[in-house]
Parts: sequence; structure tokens; C-alpha cells
Amino acid sequence: MENKDVVIVGGGITGLSTAYYLAKEGAKNIVVIEKSYLGSGSTGRCGTGIRQQFTTREHIILMRESVKLWKEWENNLPKSVHFRQGGYLWILKENEIDTYREYVRLQNILGVNSRIINKDDVKLIVPDINTDGIAGASWCPSDGNAYPFDTVDALRIALKQFGIPIRQFEEVKEIKVENGIIQQVITNKEKFNTHFVVNAAGFGARKIAHMVGIDLPLKLYRHQIAVSEPVKVFLEPMVVKGELYFTQTYRGRIIGGTDLDEQSTESLSSTDGFLPQFAKEILSVLPTISSLNVMRQWAGFYVVTPDHHPILGGTDLPGFVLGVGFSGHGFMLGPVVGKLLAAYIMHGTMYLPEANNLNLERFRSGRLIQEKAVIG
Amino acid sequence: MNDKDIIICRCEDVTLADIKEAIKEGYTDMESLKRHLQIGTGPCQGKTCIPLTEKILARELKKSVEDVGIVTARPPESPIPFGIFLKGDKKNGK
Repeated sequence: MENKDVVIVGGGITGLSTAYYLAKEGAKNIVVIEKSYLGSGSTGRCGTGIRQQFTTREHIILMRESVKLWKEWENNLPKSVHFRQGGYLWILKENEIDTYREYVRLQNILGVNSRIINKDDVKLIVPDINTDGIAGASWCPSDGNAYPFDTVDALRIALKQFGIPIRQFEEVKEIKVENGIIQQVITNKEKFNTHFVVNAAGFGARKIAHMVGIDLPLKLYRHQIAVSEPVKVFLEPMVVKGELYFTQTYRGRIIGGTDLDEQSTESLSSTDGFLPQFAKEILSVLPTISSLNVMRQWAGFYVVTPDHHPILGGTDLPGFVLGVGFSGHGFMLGPVVGKLLAAYIMHGTMYLPEANNLNLERFRSGRLIQEKAVIG
Repeated sequence: MNDKDIIICRCEDVTLADIKEAIKEGYTDMESLKRHLQIGTGPCQGKTCIPLTEKILARELKKSVEDVGIVTARPPESPIPFGIFLKGDKKNGK
């Protein structure tokens, strides 16, 4: 049996980032528990993108802060996370321009340097793009991407330096609550006496919350990604068109995905239908990569809430803290969410007022905040 | 022969010395080791290096290959060009 000030459930970017910021605030008697290997859930399966081009005040403010923190991570973590501000180039048809002009207006008011550009400017940013049928793009040069496994690795090393234990291949089985207070977290290997639990369990978050009698409005949607063989980097922006998105990693691989419009599923298997669909879509935008080889495809989950915003902060059960339901944006939000949850645990409030709007309570009171820009 | 001169993963240029060092640092399961060193993520699809690494990891930890875990094989089995998926369409169009 061990005594811990905070037990973090989940060794993806959310759990590791929360542990990192808790440690920076001086809370060292904490532990991270991961049922598989680090980054084995949605973090390690994601499309690497980091963007501020959202449509709500909450998402834009949080992502603007997260981009600031991604820069800090790149400079301060013990290993590069390969954060690169190559921009997001969101290709638009004529009938989409006005809608995105409104989104850009809100982004600009909130301090994000996005703008609507025309077809010729698109060609200047990515010369190989086929501009047939497109009118222009929404372009944000300060958006970018980072490398998920290097990020996990960098946080792992940072936590090791702080002396914070990470327990992999260990599964939380039960959370004991007495008199309305958390008492103990029981895994298949150990018992931890604690009054604070962070639920950062990604696609397992619903199960963890059920252990304390809380039902989270989360649904799992499978999304697939493919990656190419490496070639010299020629594409730094993330290119988006409809549901299609793709970029090139620093290791030279084209990585991207699209949406097959599947029903909610518990399956993480990749499917035969994905590659033909993805190949057709990507070649219609970037025909020059036709002879480039596809190396791998895999699937991951979007853990989706009814309004496509995460659920952050406290619950009716004191000490039970949520960082769940990122709806496809958990990796990019990782730095800011970790810092917000650490602030919540240490000081009782998340330091951005917009984050406090993203509480679990909103689903009971009906104060939903709809995000319109979800890709993939 | 020096461990630094023994290449285990040719695509990603990972040596036996790199693998032993990573195991010492605590990357003691195949999935974590693969992602830390990028072993098996090159164009050979891990066909040579993954079985070798499994054996090295098992030997270093004094475990059986079954106990160190295997990595998920991802499709396609061999790399194929994006353009291959358009060929059927052209035929149908004609």
C-alpha cells in the first residue's frame, strides 16, 4: 500500500502533461498509471496536428494558449517534441468562403493570426496543390504539428527527472469512495491511498468514471490514418479539405486521414475500405505523390462529447478530476489541459475562465458549446 | 565485434548498442522500444528488425520471446503506391 497526493489514470498526453505541470508546481508525491504502454491510446494514434482554427471562444482561447506551451515544450523538455509551425491550410470551395470568413473574424478577435487567402496564395504556400474547383483557403501560419511518440518520450524523461513514478501495464480496477470522499485506488498490482484522482483515461474514461458512479456522455468513433514511406520534407503545412487532412512529419512521411462516416464502434481494427478512399482524396489534392508508397495504416478513437468540446475540471465527487472527451483534439490540447488540471488541483480553479465553461455540469444544465470545425 | 557496428534496423539505422542502451533506460517492452527507437517503421515494414529485436530484448531481460510481447502488424503487408487505388477507376471510366 502506498500513499499518494494525486493518482493520474492514463499515460497519454493528458495524464503525462498533468503530471508534468503538477511536478512543476511542486506536487511530487504523485503517480501515473497506464494499463498498456505510454501513448498506446489516442495520443500515439493521432494525426499530429496542432491548430487554432476553431469556431468557438473556448477552443480558440485554449488552443492559442496550447500553442504557446507547445513552444515552451519544444524549448524546455529534455528531448525535442518536433513542434513545427508549418501552418494549417484549410482549402475551401466558393460556397464555403463566407462561413470561414466569420470563423477567421472570431479567431482574429481572440488573437489568432488566421486569414482568408485566394487560390494564387494557396499555390505559393503549397505549389503542388491541384486548385481545380477551389476558391481559396483559411490559412493560419502559427498552427502546426508535433511528433506524438517524441512528445510522450520527452514527458516520460521529464517526469523521471522529477522523480515521478510511471506504472505501465498496470490497470485500475476499483476506486473506493467513503462518505463522499475518494479513499483508495486499487490496481491489479497495488493499492494507493489518495483523495485526488485525475481521469485522463482517453477511450477508457467512461469505465473509470463508472467506478465512482459518474456517467460521462462519451462515444467512441474509429478514425483511420495512413503513413507513407519517407521522402525529403517538401510539405510543412497541414492541408485540410473537407474531411481529408494530411501533412508530412519531420521524418519525411506523409501522414493523413479522412472520415468514413462510421457509426460509433468499440473496434480499433483498421479496415480495407480506408486506403482506397484516402488515396483518392489525397491524390485529388496532391496528384504529385501518386507513385509514393503507403507503408502503414492504423485506427484510433475520437472520444466524442455531444458538443465536441472536452470535459475538464471537477465533478460532484470532490477530488475526482476530468480531462476527457477531446473529440479528436486531445493531442493538440495536451499542454494546456495538463496545465489547467494541475492548476485546478493546486489552486481550485483553472486559470482560463473559458476552461471552466467546459465542465461536466454543462450537459445537465444544457449549456452546450457547439464546435463546427471537426476534421477527419 | 563492437555493438555500435552491429546494425539491427537498416531502415532507421538502429544498432545493437542503441537497443541495449534503451533497455537500460527502461524501454522493456516491444511496443515502447519500437516507438522510442523507431525500429521497424521503415520501408521493410519490420520484417527483419522486429524478430531480431524481440530476440535481443528477450535475451537481455532473460525472458522468453512470448513474454516480451509482440508488436501489431499493420497493413498493407508490403508498401504500395497511392496511385494504385486510382487504376480501377480509370478502367471503369473508359
